[in-house]
Amino acid sequence: MLDASTTTAPRVAGPAEPADDDLELLLLIRHFELSLLDLFSAGKLNGTTHTCLGQEHVPVALGPLLGEGDYVFSNHRGHGHYLARFRDPEGLLAEIMGRQGAVCDGVGGSQHILRGRYLSTGVQGESLPVAVGTGLHLKRHEPGSLALVHIGDGTWGEGSVYEALNMAQLWRVPVVVAVENNGIAQSTPAALQMAGSIEGRVTGMGIAYRRIESCDVHDIRTAVEADVEQVRATNRPLVLEFSVPRVGPHSKGDDTRTQEELADARSRDWYEVYGRRFPEGFARADARLRERVSQVTRDVDARPLSEWRDACLAPSA
Amino acid sequence: MPRSERVVENLNAALHRVFAEDESAYLIGEDLADPYGGAFKVGKGLSTKYPGRVLSTPLSESGFVGVANGLALTGNTVFAEIMFGDFAFLAFDQLCNFAAKSVSMYGSRQELRMVVRCPVGGHRGYGPTHSQAVQKHFMGVPNLALYELTPFHDSADVFAEMVGRGEPCIHFEDKTLYGTRRWTEGTDDLFEFGFAGARREYGTAQPRVGSGDADCVIIATGGTAPLALQAARKLFLEAETVCRLVVPSRLYPLDLSPVEGMLARARRIVVVEEGVAGGTWGADVAQEIYERMWESLSGRVRLVHSDSSVIPSAAHLEREVLVQAEDIEKTVREALAR
Repeated sequence: MLDASTTTAPRVAGPAEPADDDLELLLLIRHFELSLLDLFSAGKLNGTTHTCLGQEHVPVALGPLLGEGDYVFSNHRGHGHYLARFRDPEGLLAEIMGRQGAVCDGVGGSQHILRGRYLSTGVQGESLPVAVGTGLHLKRHEPGSLALVHIGDGTWGEGSVYEALNMAQLWRVPVVVAVENNGIAQSTPAALQMAGSIEGRVTGMGIAYRRIESCDVHDIRTAVEADVEQVRATNRPLVLEFSVPRVGPHSKGDDTRTQEELADARSRDWYEVYGRRFPEGFARADARLRERVSQVTRDVDARPLSEWRDACLAPSA
Repeated sequence: MPRSERVVENLNAALHRVFAEDESAYLIGEDLADPYGGAFKVGKGLSTKYPGRVLSTPLSESGFVGVANGLALTGNTVFAEIMFGDFAFLAFDQLCNFAAKSVSMYGSRQELRMVVRCPVGGHRGYGPTHSQAVQKHFMGVPNLALYELTPFHDSADVFAEMVGRGEPCIHFEDKTLYGTRRWTEGTDDLFEFGFAGARREYGTAQPRVGSGDADCVIIATGGTAPLALQAARKLFLEAETVCRLVVPSRLYPLDLSPVEGMLARARRIVVVEEGVAGGTWGADVAQEIYERMWESLSGRVRLVHSDSSVIPSAAHLEREVLVQAEDIEKTVREALAR
């Protein structure tokens, strides 16, 4: 049991070579996000987007620990979460670009996607109580399934987080919160927006907690697999805090960090780490996925505009 | 009018019926567990009979409306109770950004069967943060339907209609109605009570002898209906003025078609609500009347609402701010004098 205890994943000498499948997925997400930034520069995207550069390993590591019955709640920085679940860059890019084949007809865009048991929404902290309600339903009707919620460190400023965690722990609801702590909330460093720590807040409610420093997907899986199984078996919530670098800007061209800070973020990036350790296999996969995303981008860009097929919506008065 | 059940008993019975007929029904909110049964006892007996489906929550309006959203998202029928409507603002994000938007923002319609019940209104001395008629603040949100408890309607029918919409609804309940008796169809010494619309969209009351066109149609929200009836009785007895009272079950989206003919034939129209001045429901109703029947109107629509003020605690001060029967009576007299 790791209820109310503080546990840090064991440090390892260095990451093992990732499985082909994991590396493919990591690189798919990486090149998808890089491609989005290019499309923005070219003036081809409407609105805004938030890339998950440097944080791709979190959903990739957690993916195989999830079953089809599990719900995933994602946030504003959710492209990696979606791609890890569905491996559908075409549908996601079409959604972001408002092209035919869009997952939600282009209505939701980058931050608002619903597909099966995957839902993202753009208001910080909003999905946590929704995940608790979902978890209650699963506990009653599909025991053993859980709701996974991805949030960031900035999200911990929102009161909904605490309301939801309180109910999840009180009522024993199978919810896993994956915190991607990249140390910066838009432009505000964690030190200026968080008193105390996530760990202190979570363990104060008696909720199981684990911190993960590694960016190695195999290490992460090994470290958290038993914790996630405990959630399924006991319906007790779990908070996993991942220390991750934000390699890219908050949205686009809005990074206010210093060169040193950016260099530090890059040095902790799985892309750098894997690239240095396994240069040959990595370079081949990297080139392959870059080309694949490039094809997807050309294909989707050439499609006709999406149509809102069900724009009706309100029942007739 | 035959002696009828109290409004709170009708509400309670309606919830019991929902729970008996729908195994996916939940009630979620603060202090709901028996023997308390909620601050106004509307949920009494439910937690005893359906212990797993009544969730008495911490003080977390945003949180528990979010939990309601999650339960609705997974196909359940959810009733949430906000203890005082003023506290619904704490859940504005979950109601508007999540519940209402989720119906349509994912491209295809996402059904959510959810009703958020809000006791509202003053006349009870609860003071500024426990007395507001908050209806107007939720107006005009796509896919968020607004209903209000009335003395006419059977809450079982209204609940069934709200659940059947498959989109989030707010059910405003004026606290002063809970302890009063329902107005059933039929007549009393002076007035005849009934409904307008195929689905009983509007409750109606009119003097038994006034079979012709009304001097004035008073459109009043459920909570102000007893005040409007009081004014209408006085006007009839003292001035032989025939007022027809019209009380909608649903405030938004607004559909005036069941009463359109009646409105077009009225000499004057007065719209009454308890909310304070500024951005009112009545202004929306008036605009809709102008759009539909400008050519046939013989005068402007008069609005009656509370003053632009917080709701004071002391009885004499509260009385000054809130709509009273005399305000309605005075407005009708003035309208007919011109």
